[in-house]
Amino acid sequence: MEKAIQVNGLQKSYKKLHVLKGIDFEVEKGSIFALLGSNGAGKTTIVRILTTLLKQDGGTAAVNGFDVATKPDYVRQSISLTGQFAAVDEILTGRENLIMIARLRHLTNPRQVADDLLKRFSLTEAADRRVFSYSGGMRRRLDIAMSLVGEPQLIFLDEPTTGLDPEGRIEVWKTVKELAGGGTTVFLTTQYLEEAEQLADRIAILHEGKIIANSTLEELKKLFPPAKVEYVEKQPTLEEIFLAIIGKKEDE
Amino acid sequence: MGTVKKYFFNDMGVMVGRSMRHIFRSVDTIITVAITPIAMMLLFVYVLGGAIQTGMDNYVNYLLPGILLIAIASGISYTAYRLFMDLQCGIFERFHSMPIARSAALWGHVLTSLVSNAISVVLIIFVAIIMGFRSSAGVLPWLAVVGILTLFTLALTWIAAIAGLSAKSVDGAVAFSYPLIFLPFISSAFVPTESMPSVVRIFAENQPVTSIVEAIRALLSGQPVGNDIWIALMWCLGILIVAYLFAMRAYKRKAV
Ligand SMILES: Nc1ncnc2c1ncn2[C@@H]1O[C@H](COP(=O)(O)OP(=O)(O)O)[C@@H](O)[C@H]1O
Ligand SMILES: [Mg+2]
Repeated sequence: MEKAIQVNGLQKSYKKLHVLKGIDFEVEKGSIFALLGSNGAGKTTIVRILTTLLKQDGGTAAVNGFDVATKPDYVRQSISLTGQFAAVDEILTGRENLIMIARLRHLTNPRQVADDLLKRFSLTEAADRRVFSYSGGMRRRLDIAMSLVGEPQLIFLDEPTTGLDPEGRIEVWKTVKELAGGGTTVFLTTQYLEEAEQLADRIAILHEGKIIANSTLEELKKLFPPAKVEYVEKQPTLEEIFLAIIGKKEDE
Repeated sequence: MGTVKKYFFNDMGVMVGRSMRHIFRSVDTIITVAITPIAMMLLFVYVLGGAIQTGMDNYVNYLLPGILLIAIASGISYTAYRLFMDLQCGIFERFHSMPIARSAALWGHVLTSLVSNAISVVLIIFVAIIMGFRSSAGVLPWLAVVGILTLFTLALTWIAAIAGLSAKSVDGAVAFSYPLIFLPFISSAFVPTESMPSVVRIFAENQPVTSIVEAIRALLSGQPVGNDIWIALMWCLGILIVAYLFAMRAYKRKAV
């Protein structure tokens, strides 16, 4: 089966700062893939390369079979980006934002598309208010709704819940699960181990420019030494797995 | 790609519609680009005008070209502001990751700048007519005036694009326009240069605004334009080309 994303030996430096030191991974169509890494690990850099906003220095990346460096126009036909910071137009209303994107995607019924998405993201009441009066959670919902206009096959979500309150976070999680349920491929980045645990079919950990682990949650948990029998038995959390892997690498 | 090219005008239309909404929803913009120049015109004509000797009996006629240039110079500072905000809030990247004519994200601002400045110019001329502005010029001189103003707007718009694309802060994005707004004051826009001390006068007579103002004034009053129109055109085109090249360089640095 053709992969949604194929990345081989990806390299990127900003001047002297070597951010990506040979990244390899693949993402299956229809799956949720989480890229986990701490702040400054290079998650956004990978997203920017895959969404044709930045050129890599070395290696290759293909999205839906199209090379991001040589066929960016084809890549852009099938993707949608929700960046790390909500990219919404504050001066327009929520509805106008959605209609604008629908027009840019050359849909035949922008108003209908906007209405449907407003409803789906519980923004109907706020639809005709300017976005600068929206709360953080509402902005993020609108931001994601804008990314869904035109039903792209592959959605990039760069730290979709950073800065949201727990309620907003759960709403976003619900949306992501629904998306994947509908067959959309989701590539998300996160600093939250719990988020990856909650959502992802596959988790890759980015650390110091390399992918240090890439597997399902179950496999990741197997990498960890068996649960210690203490007063109560406790399953290792992803956080512990993460720390264990990093610890091992640094011992080498 | 074919589909992307086919939709260029559609995409540009969406972009321009969006920034025109930004303008009409910003009281601040409307005050700066239309009300302030009109207020300045009122002030100069009805308060200071009586004391200014221009050699033309109608001071509104004398003043109008300079007021138009000030309005355009204030207008393009908002172009820089809007461009900067688009980059800042990430919407520029959203557009760039979409299957649209990529350049529409930038050219939409350029076209908006032309459209919005044209609106304020028409509005100001309308008020000037109420205040007694009269022109004996025929169609061709008026077309020449439109041409010069369009080139001037484009030249300043590309300067604004450099500022908007490379500024680190909002203030930086807007501050570059202050000297541009002041240039008309040290030119023959309000008073003839003959009345200025020699150093100022040398500057005033050799900076672009004077030749542009003189050319427009001559065209509108049916006087022979002489060399001024060519010097004005050279200035506008020269600034336009240099600013465009620098703006493109700044743009390439931002976008792949
Ligand atoms: N345009 C840039 N110029 C210079 N350094 C950058 C640039 N963008 C990111 N970096 C640096 O590269 C590293 C990785 O950044 P990023 O990909 O944004 O990480 P993450 O999204 O995982 O937080 C960070 O140290 C960051 O400071
Ligand atoms: Mg990031």
